[in-house]
Amino acid sequence: MDMLIFGLLTGMLFGFLLQRARVVRYDKQIAALRFQDMTIVKFMMSAIIVGMVGIHFFDVFGLVQLLYKPVVIGENIAGGMIFGLGWGLLGYCPGTQGGALGEGRWDAIWGIMGMIVGAGLYAETYSFLKQNIIGWGNYGYLTIPQLIGVNRWIVIIVFIAGVLALFRWFEKKGL
Amino acid sequence: MDVQNKDDGAWSPYIAGGLSGLVIICSVLWVGQFFGASTSFVRSAGMLGKVFEPERVAQLEYFIRYLPQFDWQLLFVVGIFLGSFISAVWSGSFKLQGVPDMWAERFGSNPAKRGIVAFFGGIIAMYGARLADGCPSGHGLSGMIQLAVSGLIAMIFFFVGGIIMARIVYSGGKK
Repeated sequence: MDMLIFGLLTGMLFGFLLQRARVVRYDKQIAALRFQDMTIVKFMMSAIIVGMVGIHFFDVFGLVQLLYKPVVIGENIAGGMIFGLGWGLLGYCPGTQGGALGEGRWDAIWGIMGMIVGAGLYAETYSFLKQNIIGWGNYGYLTIPQLIGVNRWIVIIVFIAGVLALFRWFEKKGL
Repeated sequence: MDVQNKDDGAWSPYIAGGLSGLVIICSVLWVGQFFGASTSFVRSAGMLGKVFEPERVAQLEYFIRYLPQFDWQLLFVVGIFLGSFISAVWSGSFKLQGVPDMWAERFGSNPAKRGIVAFFGGIIAMYGARLADGCPSGHGLSGMIQLAVSGLIAMIFFFVGGIIMARIVYSGGKK
């Protein structure tokens, strides 16, 4: 029960912040994909660099449990690509479209219904996929520092520097 | 067309994104939960399916893996809706709208046309997200924060697919 309440409260905080930054709406999502307005990328990358430093800091002291997904090349690429194509049509993401509905953008209802159907369709075809596609190119649990064989803090510093350069470029271009 | 929408009271995406990063850190520290959203649509599909065809749902392997029940993440997704609603009403930016501005400018203000595309977009996006084993929350935010290679690959292809589809949808017109 506690977990459910924590989930609800965490979602409310996140939804509040998403709405305040205006990143949940179709116009902002598609504008990023059309290179017209990078608001959602700024939001996402800011969350990632703050979260990255915090999570790895606490991990050093063993206070958090990392929980990421294995690399399965076929699934990551094909699934990512298929998701992207659908996202370009819908203009909402699974997590944030509830937020779009919350601010009155009720076309998100169609997206939510479509996603429930899509999930059902996936469950129906899962055994077929498992025999044919799933598991192709499985490299297991792998992080970027492990892949290139350097200390994770070096990767984090380089990543943050790259993101800040990207932000500067966005602001210069007025994106 | 008024391109410059009234956006008084919008927070900087850097600030709101950074604060979201702090929310993620707290969530992982306190309850061990990274952000994610797409699994909730599997659980929802299972719950709905149980109403109509309980035997079929009980049989499907995918619904055994992700039981049709409420969990942290499903409440998190509901919370995003509530948080956004509170923020939108509070800041006066709540607006009932069934056709996004950018869409209407290009394809007219017929909500059925937008609804059909959004519905199919939702099906495709969720199918891809399940194949990739995550969406921009699970792979994008949580995966990238942990420097997971799977998160990086998926995130790149989310955007590749999205950019391609946005180009197709909005091709041929001015800019």
